[in-house]
Amino acid sequence: MASEKGVMLLDFWVSPFGQRARIALAEKGVEYEYKEENLRDKSELLLKSNPIHKKIPVLIHDGKPICESLIIVQYIDETWSDKAPLLPSDPYQRAQARFWADFVDKKVFECGGKLWKLKGEEQEAAKTEMIEILQILEAQLGDKKYFGGDIFGFVDVAFVPFTSWFYSYETCANFSVEEVAPKIVKWAKRCMERESVEKTLPDPKKVYEFVRYLKKRFGIE
Amino acid sequence: MVASAAVRLFGMWASPAVRRVEWALKLKGIEYEYIEEDLSNKSSSLLEFNPINKQVPVLVHNCNPIVESLVILEYIDETWKDNPILPVDPLERAKARFWATFVDVKCREESRKAFFMEGEEKEKAIENLQVQLKALDEELEGKKFFSGDHIGYTDLAVGWMTFWLGVAEEAAGFKANYDVKFPNFSRWIKDFLAEPVIKDNLPPREKTVEFFRAFKQLGSCTKVNQK
Repeated sequence: MASEKGVMLLDFWVSPFGQRARIALAEKGVEYEYKEENLRDKSELLLKSNPIHKKIPVLIHDGKPICESLIIVQYIDETWSDKAPLLPSDPYQRAQARFWADFVDKKVFECGGKLWKLKGEEQEAAKTEMIEILQILEAQLGDKKYFGGDIFGFVDVAFVPFTSWFYSYETCANFSVEEVAPKIVKWAKRCMERESVEKTLPDPKKVYEFVRYLKKRFGIE
Repeated sequence: MVASAAVRLFGMWASPAVRRVEWALKLKGIEYEYIEEDLSNKSSSLLEFNPINKQVPVLVHNCNPIVESLVILEYIDETWKDNPILPVDPLERAKARFWATFVDVKCREESRKAFFMEGEEKEKAIENLQVQLKALDEELEGKKFFSGDHIGYTDLAVGWMTFWLGVAEEAAGFKANYDVKFPNFSRWIKDFLAEPVIKDNLPPREKTVEFFRAFKQLGSCTKVNQK
């Protein structure tokens, strides 16, 4: 493995974090080998490549592993820098992009998890939180085509995988993303017109089936 | 040298995230104006510059605010190119960012639990922290600093552990025992703290311990408002 050339991605089909890497690789036109991991029986390769966190995604480039999805996306952007830049060239704009990608990282997944894991008052509180998060992101997007402006960029890559979870969030917590953040929904549709996104994101109904499977497994009803 | 009015840093004296930014500015020889914030009574400037998180540090450069200390470090490195703190090679940059995120998210979480909690939960957090310190110790094998012969981004990111972990231990009555168990890490702490830019830019220890003791007594589960 150590001297093997090429690009491999260790991933799990529904993971929004893995999808970030897949979208970035597709935007750059990089060919790679995709390896689906069984998260209940992680491969030796995964455990060896990410001994600290033991998580997907892991990008393995010429035998060297890179972990953590936003770090992977930046690595992809810096390594295949001749095409489709994901981060702007201006340092202040780059800092803005990193801030908002970090905001998505810290807020969306965890709050989203609460929406399907919790019930009653706790779920209501999570719903209020999610609506606030979506509205903050909507304000940041404004009337731009993408978070990156005219260019599909780092923040778009960071956030767009969560759009296939909107149906699950809405169904579990009884609210409408379109009602609270219509610009985000329009943005999601524009992103889906890109081949990299369209070919990567799973059907929201399949994501919901997966959420229902998790609820059953963890005895949540 | 940049005119001091062009670069401003909003901070709080006890905050490790703020010091991290100051260390980077000083390593690069950047002059700046420092504004001390009272976090119990935040200034309108701070709230205007960081409306989302309302936290320090905030770097304001030519009236543009940059927030989140690790984001600020990368901004500083990209704007003032002398004495680079991040490596050039994408793989080395990815590794540097990996360790910074590891320390900021995972180690900070376990340190926070060891600090605030008691009994079994405290013990478990200390155990987890030691597993993390072992990983850091192994990463330092054969290297003076995380970044090589000179301090860089990773050292600045992990740097809070050289001082504030000891402060937290003293204030909350626990010991992670890294001086006994992790020789590379202990050696790195000494070398890091001996660097002039670091040594001359730390808060007074006694005052910081008192501050953290009082903070623990507040019983709050959120750390000082810093990132």
